[in-house]
Order: sequence, then structure tokens, then C-alpha cells
Amino acid sequence: MSTTDAGLLSPPPPGFPVPRPSERSEPFWSGAREGRLVLPYCSACGARALRAFAVCPQCTATALAWEESAGRGTLYSWTVVWRPPHPGFVVPYAPAVVTLDEGWWFLSAVVGCAPDQLREGLDLQVEFHPASDDLVLPYFRPVA
Amino acid sequence: MTHPFRDVAVVGVFNTHQARRLPGHDSSSIALEAALGALADAGIDAGDVDGVVGQAAADAVLELGLGPCVRRPNGLGIPAIVDAAALIATGQCRVVLVLAGGAGLRSHGSAAPWTTPPNELVAGFGLFTAAEFALMARRHMVTYGTTELQLATAAAVIRTNGHHNPEAVYHGRGPFGPEDILASPLVAEPFHLLDCATVSEGGCALVLARADIARQDGRAVWILGCGSDSYGPAYTVAPVWDFTPRPGVRPAGWVGAGAAQASFAMAGLGPGDVDVAEFYDPFSFEIIRQLEAYGFCEPGEGGPMVESGAIGPGGALPVTTDGGTMSYSHPGIAAQQFQRVTRGVQQLRGECPTMQVDGAEVALCSNGGSGALFTDVLLLGKERP
Repeated sequence: MSTTDAGLLSPPPPGFPVPRPSERSEPFWSGAREGRLVLPYCSACGARALRAFAVCPQCTATALAWEESAGRGTLYSWTVVWRPPHPGFVVPYAPAVVTLDEGWWFLSAVVGCAPDQLREGLDLQVEFHPASDDLVLPYFRPVA
Repeated sequence: MTHPFRDVAVVGVFNTHQARRLPGHDSSSIALEAALGALADAGIDAGDVDGVVGQAAADAVLELGLGPCVRRPNGLGIPAIVDAAALIATGQCRVVLVLAGGAGLRSHGSAAPWTTPPNELVAGFGLFTAAEFALMARRHMVTYGTTELQLATAAAVIRTNGHHNPEAVYHGRGPFGPEDILASPLVAEPFHLLDCATVSEGGCALVLARADIARQDGRAVWILGCGSDSYGPAYTVAPVWDFTPRPGVRPAGWVGAGAAQASFAMAGLGPGDVDVAEFYDPFSFEIIRQLEAYGFCEPGEGGPMVESGAIGPGGALPVTTDGGTMSYSHPGIAAQQFQRVTRGVQQLRGECPTMQVDGAEVALCSNGGSGALFTDVLLLGKERP
């Protein structure tokens, strides 16, 4: 386990356990590789989904579609982790739920500020960091 | 209308020795040891069992020589106990054994392995059980002003219950005050190490029987009510307090509120009738959340209720009296959930070696939690419904 130097939350360097992308979520992962936050919604009722679905939980349409989010939102909830599940995660780090302006709730982590600056409603902007040779993850940084 | 479980008695319960590790055991062997104990407690011969419920069910059928008999191999926690009761209530079985064990499971670390499935949407951000529950707890703190001290107070009560319990894995480690919880290392804010469940090994079993088969010695305990709430798979999507699957339904942070309402409705009782609450305690915050979700207090009043001393010994609603998953034991995915119920049964029999609630007649037992997106509730009573 290592710790951050400047006291600022930052993405871990590659070497932490990376997600295994599913086929269903492919647009999200290919979007992230291009620096775009592409998220699932229902083209029938417009619902913003927690994850790619086979059937829309709101209206039961089989109408999964993908849309690029502007990547702006506010901090909904967070935690600061000091005992990571794997030593590749540099502590402290701050998993968070972000309320995106388009209506999604998105699970990510906050970077670029000190842990004690985290507060409900903090304005955030997405940024992208490589997780491995072929995976990129979206993180959120406070808007200056 | 006749109560659906009028003819179903809980007649035997047993927990094996619980420990950080049980060398020489696997999950099946320790579950079978628990099964024999529960049958002895019930005074029923293994040969009279005609149904087995739990992940180790098929093993138990073979090793106890019960075949051919009914088996339900996928049961976890309170829903498995309700399935067992239904097998009897519907006339499919006369005596049902419910069993589970956890041993030899831990490959590494201190997180319970069954709570950390690899998932593409959470794994990359270093999520794990404590962090998932912390995201729910933090939102409650933001919304209602719940404090770390209130969380620590709940943990201190439960860990002190375990300190007094000679059968607890962490027997004799306390007593604990809130300051001890807050002084332990941070894991995932707001949770310190002592706000979190432990991981251990052990077995647990129950025997349910048709009422006319139960020994008429006054030790039978009855299922008064049950309910179950799920919002989806645990640990694979963002745990969001205000998530509503459809318009007009209760948000996910209140998971279990419907289960409690269903339980009370089946029993014809209310929160004020509960003498002891054997709450599932994966993290300290979940005690506060359950007090609110089940109607023991108003939304946002769970923290103050904990601070008032209500959940401790001699309080209005003693909680998790054996020390729970924080101190008593947390063995495997299923046994630890059954253990909330076995303790409820022991309370109603008046047989708890420590923290016995005098004259307890109604016990509420629970499983699950907001970070896992499910909660199950079981109401037990001393009086036949």
C-alpha cells in the first residue's frame, strides 16, 4: 500500500485490478477510450439507467440506447478509503456517487482535491485516466 | 383467517463453536455438525427429517442418509427459513432442517469474499463492502445530520454485547465505548475498523416441524410475520439512497421498510410490540437505518434514539444481543444470516447465557442492508399465532 504525496486525491497508477468489460457495456468503454462519457438510457421513455439493461426498468421497453453526457454534475455521496481491497489502490481515495446534470447517478471517484474538501453538492467535471493498456476510466474533479 | 404459519413451529436451533478459523472443517462439515446439534436440541431423530434447506442441503441429504427427501439447495438467510416454513405449511414436509456453514473460505484479507464480486461498474474504483455501505451512510448523514458518534455508539453497544457473550469470537475484548470505536483505524469513512463486521467461521442450523410433532414443552417458537425487500443485485451497481426503480416507490435507502410492514401486518403487531431486535449488523450505520426503516422511530431519529440508550441492555429495544457479525461471528454467506434468527429463538425461550431480555415475547430478526440492496425481516413469537 502506498499513499498520495501532496495530500490530493488522485487516480491510482495502472496496476490495480481492472474491470472486465461486458459486451453489453461496450459503448461505455469505447467512449471512455476516446475521452467521452457515454451512458445508457432508454430511447422509449428517456430513463437514465444505473447500468446497461436488456429491459428498461421504468417502462419495460427493449430500447437500450447510449448518449454522451457533458460530464458535469454534483457530489451526491462519497467515502474516503484508507484500507483498500487491493494494494494497487493508492490511499486515500474517494469513491463517490455523482449526480450528472442529465439525470444519471454515476459511480466514480473524486480526484484533484483534499479529502476534507469533499462536501455534498460539490460541482464536478469528468476527466479520464488510463487504467491499463486498453482501458480508460472516468474520474471527477472539482470545478475551479 | 388462520395464520399461514399457525402449524409451523421452530423446534431446534444450534450454533457450533465459532472462531476466526476452524482447522479441519469445510463449510459442509461444519454445517452438518450444526445440523446434528439442532436436531438434538429439537429432540428429533435425523430419520424423521423429510426436507432440507440451505446451500449444503444436498450434502446433508447424503451424509445424514435422508434420501429420498425434499431439498431446497439455494436458500440464504431469512428467505430460506420462510421457505422451510412454507414446505410444512403446504403439507410437503413434516420436519425441515435448515443448515449452513462457512469454513475454509477465506483466501485473503479481511473482507468477506462473498461480498466482493468482480464487476465492471464498481471494481475499477476500489469499491468493496465497507465503501458501498459508506456511500449509503454518508447520504443519510448529509440528509439528516447523523453523526459518526451516533454510528460509533451503535457499534459500541453491539461489541459490548459480544464482549459479555462467552460464545462470541471476540468475547472479552471490551467493554467498548464510542470513543474506542472512533479511535480504531479508518477503513472507509465514516466507518472505522470497529464499525464493521468481522469475518469468521462456524455453522448454524434450525429445525422446523409441524406443530403436532413439536415437543410440548413450551420451548417452541413461532413465525408471526415475514417480509423481504430487494432493489437488485448486491455490490454491482452504484448504491444510491434515493434510487427509485419506478416512479412512486420508496427509495432504495429505505430497503426493508416494506418487509417490516408486511411482517407486522401478518402478525397483527406493530413496532411497539417488539421486545428485542436481533438486527443484522454489517456496519454500525445499518442499526440506525433499520430503527427508522422498520418504524421504531421517525426518519432521521435513528441516531438520537441510539444515543438515548434505547438499544442497549435494559433499554426499550435491546439490539443484536449476542454481539452480531461485529463480535459474535460472521461465518460464510448464509450461517451468519441464520444466526440472527437462532438468537431470536433463544431470547424467546429465555435461554440466552448473556443479555437475556426478561420476559421477551416478540423478537424481530433481520438480514441484509442498504449497501447490499436487500433486507429481510422475520418476526418471531412465544405465542402460537
